[in-house]
Amino acid sequence: MQAIVTRDLTKFYGKARGITNLNLSVEEGECFGFIGPNGAGKSTTIRTLLGLIKKTSGEAKVLGRDIEKEKTAILQEVGYLPAEAVFYSGMKVRDIIKLSADLRKKDCSAEARVLCDRLQLDVTRKVEELSFGNRKKVAIVCALQSNPSLLILDEPTGGLDPLMQKEFFDIVRERNEKGTTVFLSSHILSEVQQNCGRAAIIREGEVIACDSVEALAKTNAKRISVSGSFDLTGLTGIKDLKTGEQTASFLYNGDMSALLKRLAEGNVQDLGVSEPNLEEIFLHFYEKGGKQA
Amino acid sequence: MTIVKQELKRGRLAFLIWTGAIGFMLAVCVFLYLEMKGEMEEISDTFSSMGSFTAAFGMDKLNFGTLLGYYAIECGNVLGLGGAMFAALTAAGMLCKEEKEKTAEFLLTHPVSRRRIITEKLCGLLFQVVALNLVIYLLVIGSMTAIGEDIPWKELNLLHLAYFLLQVELSGICFGISAFLRKGSIGIGLGIAGIMYLLNIIANIAESVDFLKNITPFGYCDGAAIVTDGTLDGGKIAVGMVFCIIGIAAAYGNYEKKDIQ
Repeated sequence: MQAIVTRDLTKFYGKARGITNLNLSVEEGECFGFIGPNGAGKSTTIRTLLGLIKKTSGEAKVLGRDIEKEKTAILQEVGYLPAEAVFYSGMKVRDIIKLSADLRKKDCSAEARVLCDRLQLDVTRKVEELSFGNRKKVAIVCALQSNPSLLILDEPTGGLDPLMQKEFFDIVRERNEKGTTVFLSSHILSEVQQNCGRAAIIREGEVIACDSVEALAKTNAKRISVSGSFDLTGLTGIKDLKTGEQTASFLYNGDMSALLKRLAEGNVQDLGVSEPNLEEIFLHFYEKGGKQA
Repeated sequence: MTIVKQELKRGRLAFLIWTGAIGFMLAVCVFLYLEMKGEMEEISDTFSSMGSFTAAFGMDKLNFGTLLGYYAIECGNVLGLGGAMFAALTAAGMLCKEEKEKTAEFLLTHPVSRRRIITEKLCGLLFQVVALNLVIYLLVIGSMTAIGEDIPWKELNLLHLAYFLLQVELSGICFGISAFLRKGSIGIGLGIAGIMYLLNIIANIAESVDFLKNITPFGYCDGAAIVTDGTLDGGKIAVGMVFCIIGIAAAYGNYEKKDIQ
């Protein structure tokens, strides 16, 4: 079964574009990345799937259920981690966690204790005293304590320090190995590259590419680092050029022999050729329409 | 019941402040009656000869020299306006505060239908209105007993029932409005309570706009009419309850399909 499937899902805010004709398919048990810059439509997609906003047209099912007709049943099995966690002021962390469990009509106290220990979360503090990162931890516990079938994570690591980020992804990976489907929305591509098997790239409300992370990262482009004296003027296919004193680093997807010929005309002292990471590819090569420039 | 409990916790401080303030002022008024009892004849004469001002507050029909007449006017001003403001303010913020305080995402991504949220929030609101009226009623009974006056049970019960119904009506109307708001409920709540109160005063002064009493819930809370007739105006109350039901229906109609920001 597919954990998430959308067909031509569209959302307009009045005349403003949210998402247009979005087609997604996330298999049960996979860890799926959802990548896009700010304003691309990632949060709109998630908010539509969770029933916070109504679709304009199209269809969507989560865990085999229609997002509008069976919203409550869907939410019973979904753990959602929002990008910005806001809670009722005046409440203590343990009360928020208990409230979240009560709203699910479940006793999640044992799992909550384990998660709080792993995330080093002080449950006696009031939520308004917490830093952004600690509020995020509360949201993580709320999302995970009921052992949901589907985890929807929206920019999950914002505010978490590197050690906590690692612990968080360890927990997510453990859940995924036990069968939980993970839908990870992020603009931090390394997170997606390290944790997801497949990913979709969204730009201006449209999915422009959807494939395995390896396939998405596969490109003819290389990261070239070169030092010495040389002239790159007139070469086509150079992007993200960073130059220093007698050094240059750039992404190159042009004719390799033309580059080598040009470098040979100069006095090259060192040359490095490496695969670019997904972030570099996303930032510099994906254009609207799904083509790699 | 989880959301009802949560609402009662969230509204606890405001409830205590409003209940305490209204109850304290009413109790003070009752105790003041004892102090002023001897001078009441003179005060009553003064109050009944102030022209439009007298009519505006119904003092032309009530004997200010009796506990009942005195209380009906004081009750009208303190419990009427205070209770109306509490009900309107609480109801106007009930649904929209989730978006205003950015907690809507937390609440609505849990497995609770919007219908259940509306129903439980409405229950929480009505519980607070009932509790406020009960506490105040008991305080007034206690105060009247303490000053050793005979309690005019029937009229007192009718007065308090009328003000309770006023608060229920305003709660329903403002609850409906809350479903359409995203922020700024305080001004709307206070505005509605204030306008309704002023409409009644205008209707008391000018006979040509007497129909306004059918619009404002203060129309069926006229202490002078209740004390004189010994009954409540069922027609006006029915109109008011229709407004209340329309408000609640609007809340369900709009909030269930609203995009949450």
